[in-house]
Amino acid sequence: MLLKGKIALITGASKGIGLAISIEFARQGANLILLSRNAEKLLQISEMLQLEYGVKVDFFVVDLKLEQSIKDFFSYLNSQKISFDILVNNAGIMSDFTLQTLKKDSVEDLFQTNVFSVMYMCHFALRNFLKQRKGVIINIASIIGTNGAAGQSVYSSTKAAIIGFSKSISKELAPLNIRVNCIAPGFINTEMTSKYQGDSLDKITKNIGFRKAGSPENVAESALFLASDLSNYITGQVLGVDGGMII
Amino acid sequence: MESNVEKLYNTFALALNVDVKIVNDNLSYQSIPEWDSISHMVLVSELESVFDVSLDTDDIIDLSSVNKSKLILAKFNIEF
Repeated sequence: MLLKGKIALITGASKGIGLAISIEFARQGANLILLSRNAEKLLQISEMLQLEYGVKVDFFVVDLKLEQSIKDFFSYLNSQKISFDILVNNAGIMSDFTLQTLKKDSVEDLFQTNVFSVMYMCHFALRNFLKQRKGVIINIASIIGTNGAAGQSVYSSTKAAIIGFSKSISKELAPLNIRVNCIAPGFINTEMTSKYQGDSLDKITKNIGFRKAGSPENVAESALFLASDLSNYITGQVLGVDGGMII
Repeated sequence: MESNVEKLYNTFALALNVDVKIVNDNLSYQSIPEWDSISHMVLVSELESVFDVSLDTDDIIDLSSVNKSKLILAKFNIEF
């Protein structure tokens, strides 16, 4: 088991890629701290993972759009002497609109959820990693952040921001034995992408080398690699998990 | 028993990886090669651990010398 004895903190853990990462990490022996907005689902997932894999699972409902909520969450962990080895910033939202229909509220919403939350999570998690003199951060970006896509200018900007942020902090934190990497998924079958059906789905899959959408498990296996010691000399990288997608 | 000043100087020496003899109240950030932005992060972590405090971002930015660290820690009722 590649993560035996490790503790992983995962955001957006109640569905899609976050859930797949939680399951894969538990399967590999990691104890988990799961974050999401959905307490009911977190309870179900934690019970399932504890039963299935015998790992310890704590879960918290945290509003990642608010810096204070994130700060309070880490203060609580600190007060309870709860530490962790791996942070996976997965929570994010997608919203499509053209430049012409761009609205301030949508821009702010996307940046608060996709970018600012990642920055604050990393900022407040640093204290934990510094104490341990080691750590792993995995930020979930997107192929849209590296290549762009029509109708996704703002979403793309948020994911590009995560990549720039991750590359910079990887340089700051490497001397402290803290690794920071990104995963840039392509088109993955999740609730987030379920709106693409019929012709629009065909158009997308035609541009994927493997001619099919990826699964959350494909991303989870890559996250496992980056979280484990198999990648202990890798930092500041963006790992594309896109099946050879061309945008 | 180790005084708070000794504890503080030893913490600086450990975090900056220097001999405690060169630690004094006037030692300031980037005045020696060993006190750079990287060791500053380690220093903050060590101070928090040794004195059981939690520094906020403004304190971390303000922590520009040994003397300043005394003033910051004094806010947590740590006497020197």
